[in-house]
Amino acid sequence: MDVDTLLSFEWGAMAPEFIILGVATILSIVDLFAPKHLDRKIFGWIGFAGILLALASLINLVGLEPISILYDTFRLDGFAKAFKILLLIGAALVMLLALSYKPKEGMEEYKGEFYYLLLAGLLGAMMMASSGDLITLFVGLELLSLSSYILAGIRKKHLPSNESAMKYVVNGGIATAFTLFGMSYVYGLTGTTNLIEMTNVLPTLANAQYIYILGIAFFMIFVGLSFKLATAPFHMWAPDVYQGAPTPVTAFLSVVSKTAGFVILIRILLTVFGNAFAGNSGVAKMTNFLVGMQDYIAVLAAATMIIGNVVALRQRNIKRMFAYSSIAHAGYLLVAVTAMSSFMYDALWFYLGAYLFMNVGAFAVIQLLTQHTDNEDIGAFAGLYKRAPWLALAMGVFILSLAGIPGTAGFIGKLNIFIGALASDPAHYVLASIMIATTVISYFYYFGILTQMFFRPAAAEEADGGKIRMPIGLGVALVICVVATIVFGLFPNIALDFFHTNFEGFSDFLQ
Amino acid sequence: MSFLSILVFSPLLGILVLALLPKTQESLIKLVGFLATLPALVLALIAFGTEDLTKYDVVKEWIHFGSDASLYAIDYELGLNGFSLILIVLTAIVSTLAAIASIHIKKEWKGYFMLFLLLEIGMLGVFAAQNLVLFFIFFEITMIPMFFLIGKWGYFEKEKGAYSYLIYNGLGSAILLIVIMVLFARTGTANISDLAQLMAVEDANTPSPISESLKMGLAIALLIAFGVKLPIFPLHTWMLRVHVQAPPSVVMIHSGILLKIGAFGLIRFGFGIFPEQFKSLALLLAILGVVNLLYGAFLAFIQTDFKMVLAYSSISHMGIVLIGLGALNEAGIQGAIFQVVSHGLISALLFFLVGVFYERFQTSTIANLGGMAKGMPLASGFLLAGALASLGLPGMSGFVSEFMAFLGLFEVHPVVAAIGCIGIIMTAVYLLRAVLGMTYGKAGREFAGITDIKSVEFVPVLVLLALIVLIGVYPSVLSEPLQATLETIMLGLGG
Repeated sequence: MDVDTLLSFEWGAMAPEFIILGVATILSIVDLFAPKHLDRKIFGWIGFAGILLALASLINLVGLEPISILYDTFRLDGFAKAFKILLLIGAALVMLLALSYKPKEGMEEYKGEFYYLLLAGLLGAMMMASSGDLITLFVGLELLSLSSYILAGIRKKHLPSNESAMKYVVNGGIATAFTLFGMSYVYGLTGTTNLIEMTNVLPTLANAQYIYILGIAFFMIFVGLSFKLATAPFHMWAPDVYQGAPTPVTAFLSVVSKTAGFVILIRILLTVFGNAFAGNSGVAKMTNFLVGMQDYIAVLAAATMIIGNVVALRQRNIKRMFAYSSIAHAGYLLVAVTAMSSFMYDALWFYLGAYLFMNVGAFAVIQLLTQHTDNEDIGAFAGLYKRAPWLALAMGVFILSLAGIPGTAGFIGKLNIFIGALASDPAHYVLASIMIATTVISYFYYFGILTQMFFRPAAAEEADGGKIRMPIGLGVALVICVVATIVFGLFPNIALDFFHTNFEGFSDFLQ
Repeated sequence: MSFLSILVFSPLLGILVLALLPKTQESLIKLVGFLATLPALVLALIAFGTEDLTKYDVVKEWIHFGSDASLYAIDYELGLNGFSLILIVLTAIVSTLAAIASIHIKKEWKGYFMLFLLLEIGMLGVFAAQNLVLFFIFFEITMIPMFFLIGKWGYFEKEKGAYSYLIYNGLGSAILLIVIMVLFARTGTANISDLAQLMAVEDANTPSPISESLKMGLAIALLIAFGVKLPIFPLHTWMLRVHVQAPPSVVMIHSGILLKIGAFGLIRFGFGIFPEQFKSLALLLAILGVVNLLYGAFLAFIQTDFKMVLAYSSISHMGIVLIGLGALNEAGIQGAIFQVVSHGLISALLFFLVGVFYERFQTSTIANLGGMAKGMPLASGFLLAGALASLGLPGMSGFVSEFMAFLGLFEVHPVVAAIGCIGIIMTAVYLLRAVLGMTYGKAGREFAGITDIKSVEFVPVLVLLALIVLIGVYPSVLSEPLQATLETIMLGLGG
């Protein structure tokens, strides 16, 4: 590749990535040479500014036609833009949480890494959203994963943090192996790693044996990716890792990492498997391969919702509870994937957006309450309404939204998923019913937190502990999350219209 | 802002004012809480006096899913018909009186009244909503404040009561949500009158087909969803806990209005959207009604706590609503609607008196309240009047509704109706046993230093009694506004 070809690419399409990459690189070099006594907190603010800048440059790109550079390995289509917006907002909020994170021990020496590893993880997630090739897809996935492994264990002298990182690496390694194995079959069948070229080859593979191999590839990839989504069967890591990891990292895993997981899932499912056809002879008998797989996805979605919500009932540790809650929400999102109706994109996008705000908000409150004492029992919430009424009200909004109560963004998100699941033909009545039933089950543990905050008296020592001091970054994040949760709950069309006018059904998904 | 929006959201003003008040100003907070219920009352009464209700309709674009502009829109639509207007007036009256009854609340008045007013918004909205999703949203808005009102201001097992309320109603509303979403997803509209038209034709032109068996399934699901709310036996256990554990002022609202949402939903959505299906369920409804009536009556007979007597009495009286609906004729349905209103007033009255007694004696068991006629002659008199209204004494509202409901059922299912009549006798037996035990029974305590019902406490008692007698002697006050609604329902049922 000579210089002319290199320069002929529209590099402007990658501006958001370049900004994040640049900031992360500069921060890591400065960290190396800066004197020890320099407060690394400034890095966090620079990182935050970098994310905002990247967001601004992305918004600037929104109106453009789809751009494809580097031989279709990097694509900036509506799909990529829409989900990158979510990733950037999520990462910005997590960065605000990270800025206010002051645990008792184990973080002092690694403050700098904390911030630029978050940026590196974000970069990986953004690459995943934009990649049009299995190789770049995988590189993005690994960049995100590796950053997350380190982040989970960044409290070096804190035992649970180490345990969580170890578990995360081992489980993640296995999951990656699964994904890669599945991808290798796809490559074997099509002879290319490029998604666009695959869409030309796959429809010709009507041979039953090929379809069988494609089936294996599908399950391998799906199972492997379920690790990132934290859905069954690869959800077991979530409770341990969520519990042990520093709270901002937990928020990062549950929001940015999960969104990235759905992004890659949709990309692969729709481009690779959505273009294959099962059935050996005669055009009439041919059915879309992916439609044939719907039932299996439905089973996984149902299992995920049930496991997540039922096991959450027994949790006393607040972060473990939120891990199961996060598994449950991934299950709800899989319902939208199962249905594959015309509402799938809006439902996924809106729900991930709503989930981002309500979940980061909830983790902000959790972080504020638990970081000083390392007491993560649900009892830490007791009497919060007496101690800090505004904080309790904010948490109340997040909890109601997670539980899907009207007036919050979570409700609209669920509504959107239901419409998709029930409008398609044949409608997924059973799956929708399971989703609603498990939502009611979730009331038990969500309202358990409300009970603690509003009904129970505070424990004695915490009552004299006096005021909870609100760090500025966390305060800003909380306000943004509360406002967004309520505004998108009452006027969801602010987001939905933005989505429809700018990304109109992702019609440019495959061009 | 349109008239109806102001009516529904007027308690919001009170919430905002309360938010600014310091939380130690007990009497001021109580006064504001009471005043905040008045605008809705005044507006509801103004609406009650108007002939043409369609002028209050409000339609504004609100939420829109998908990219097709004409489908999957949820508008902000409020409107009134005779039936919903009556229930809005009832809501406004009972809310104002319950706000007065809230003088007995002992702690955290500010939070209490804010939740109380939010609850009122939810209730008013439920009756005014013109589409299913909006209905559901208001329906859920009633649920959250109730959870807190029970769980924080209730009695000994308040948290248990709050949870059982939440889970049962959560399940009920989950089933309701499935019905609503199936209808919305497959027809593309949530507007009640549009849906009624679409369901009336076979193979209507909808984005996704709706088969006859699906319609039947939805109708049964609807029956279960509102059956939890009403409550229909055996879905009633949560409601007993709420009646016993919640503070009396909240139970006034709960028993007086929230239970009625179940009946309202059955009539408005069940009969309105699925008339054919409910026709075939009619006998089932009548039988369920008789079961409710007898079960409630028999269990009320053996209760020792007056609150439990009233709770079972509510179950029993809701049976009459079902009996009236099961009759499927004009008399029956009119009787059911009358019973909804009448029981709303009567149970509000009786639970207000429970609050009055509890304030003075810290108990509500019948044995401990014995001989009250000596110490509190006036209160005892009112209690007796309430009980007589409840057992259906002619000249009071209970009589009209029971009479019409049974009249309707005797026309179509005389045997079922005859069995049901046993329940009417039982009602008299258990109510008189309880009330006489309290007023004339063996004196369970000293009455020295106990004041009779006094000053502001007279207001709810007198207003409610006056309304009960008014409906009893002059039923047209309800039947006239209802006429148009009834005709629509009967038209749907095939005349």
